[in-house]
Amino acid sequence: MAEILVYVDHVDGAVRKPTLELLTLARRLGEPVAVALGNGAAGTAATLAEHGATRVLTAEAAEFADYLVVPKVDALQAAYEALSAAGSLAAVLVPSSAEGKEIAARLAVRIGSGIITDAVDLEAGAEGPVATQSAFAASYTTKSRVSKGTPVITVKPNSAPVEAAPAAGAVETLAVSFGALATGTKVTARTPRESTGRPELTEAAIVVSGGRGVNGAENFAIIEALADSLGAAVGASRAAVDAGWYPHSNQVGQTGKSVSPQLYIASGISGAIQHRAGMQTSKTIVAVNKDAEAPIFDLVDYGVVGDLFNVVPQLTQEIQARKG
Amino acid sequence: MRIVVCVKYVPDATGDRKFADDLTVDREDVDGLLSELDEYAVEQALQIAEEADEAEVTVLTVGPEDAKDALRKALSMGADKAVHVEDDDLHGSDVMGTSLVLAKAIEETGYDIVIAGMASTDGTMGVLPAILAERLGVPQVTLLSEVKVEGGPNGTVTGRRDGDTASEQLQASLPAVVSVTDQSGEARYPSFKGIMAAKKKPVKSLDLDDLGIDADEVGLEAAWTKVDSADERPARTKGTIVTDEGEGGKRLAEFLASQKFI
Repeated sequence: MAEILVYVDHVDGAVRKPTLELLTLARRLGEPVAVALGNGAAGTAATLAEHGATRVLTAEAAEFADYLVVPKVDALQAAYEALSAAGSLAAVLVPSSAEGKEIAARLAVRIGSGIITDAVDLEAGAEGPVATQSAFAASYTTKSRVSKGTPVITVKPNSAPVEAAPAAGAVETLAVSFGALATGTKVTARTPRESTGRPELTEAAIVVSGGRGVNGAENFAIIEALADSLGAAVGASRAAVDAGWYPHSNQVGQTGKSVSPQLYIASGISGAIQHRAGMQTSKTIVAVNKDAEAPIFDLVDYGVVGDLFNVVPQLTQEIQARKG
Repeated sequence: MRIVVCVKYVPDATGDRKFADDLTVDREDVDGLLSELDEYAVEQALQIAEEADEAEVTVLTVGPEDAKDALRKALSMGADKAVHVEDDDLHGSDVMGTSLVLAKAIEETGYDIVIAGMASTDGTMGVLPAILAERLGVPQVTLLSEVKVEGGPNGTVTGRRDGDTASEQLQASLPAVVSVTDQSGEARYPSFKGIMAAKKKPVKSLDLDDLGIDADEVGLEAAWTKVDSADERPARTKGTIVTDEGEGGKRLAEFLASQKFI
């Protein structure tokens, strides 16, 4: 059976959820072979095996943390070459993080393959994997495939369910030799993002966002309280971020993050095209806004025309009551 | 110091963007403009040039005749000159074809630093700067929210990259490929003087022959990816909209419970 190379996104051995989703999709195409790099790589094996990885290739070297992107490309290329030499490689899948896309793109150039980014679904086709993508602020759905080389495809978070599928997960050490470009960009300092205890925005199943209507940094506590009652991530519109009420890392939209959760709750957000570009593929959309004419109401499954300062706390209280 | 800024002419996101019959982007029915995210790249290029002893900012684009509008905008912001790669055989190129052309044009122009936006606002792939670095064989210093260049053409570029899990400080020697985010600093508006001056600035046109690229390496037929279908997403069915009369939060909770979110 064909093997599918899956790049593992992990933090010190803790596998991030988008990689587990990727394994679900990879199993539709063949047998997933995972590649885990850097500190804690070997520690990912048990989790990866539980989710269907037949083999786990690992490499640890200081270069992965000390230099930007390229050492990881060198390693993924080594894995690609090992598998394609055995003649069994059908695709390379990488999570669609900013770094994941860069790694995938450089690999694609090196191996002479086409690349598809931000797929939201994957299925096996007669001429290789067929990727579903969302285009022009989700106003179009496209189906594409790679027509040259071994398909390299990056997949957005929340594109598939995480499914247990126990497999061998045999750990093998991947031999990597770093090229001249690997040490080109030095990482001179790294500050881990402070944990808020909430899920990461792009991975969250539920996102609660606030916009101009929240009217002040201090009022974001109302949005956060609702998010916490649902176990959700907090997002913000560009207007709220530009006003300095919430960090840019939480911005949803064209120039921020693109999210695709099961549930998106927009509070005090009018729904300008730039914001819609970042959230329109959400499965269920809910909005609270004073302005009945706000364009966000064209998208919603459920909308409340009203003052968020009344509606949102009442909603939070009701959720807590129902959860008992 | 030679600074080359890669910019893209894109359909206006506030317009009704569509695919043409050959499944490439329809450029007929929607006005085009300089991709908003590229304005940040032009801005950083201008700031780096202002700080340097001697510098020249060249804006570069690959696209049809209309793409000159994007170059004019960048020139009116303050770039010194422009290069426009235009060739009928480029129609339908994917990121691999486009990056090949850009890399050749950058080498042809000469550079110490290449600056691009974080992504285009139409394709939104966000991979072109990394691919350019790979093709040019120079360091990639990408997705910077702060950027600084010191020491002239043989100097260094440093910057801050805010990732999902950490914020990193990066450093590389020039020449390098840099990309900047929308957090790198507001882009300046062209002044009237700038707009008038832009009309006199040189725009050099290059075609595939000039760059030594065969027509069969680029364009729709040679693309390494193929779009099989592009379907307009059906409009969302009109949702339920209620007006809050004191019970709006409770009713919303009922909806969420009915959908099993609570």
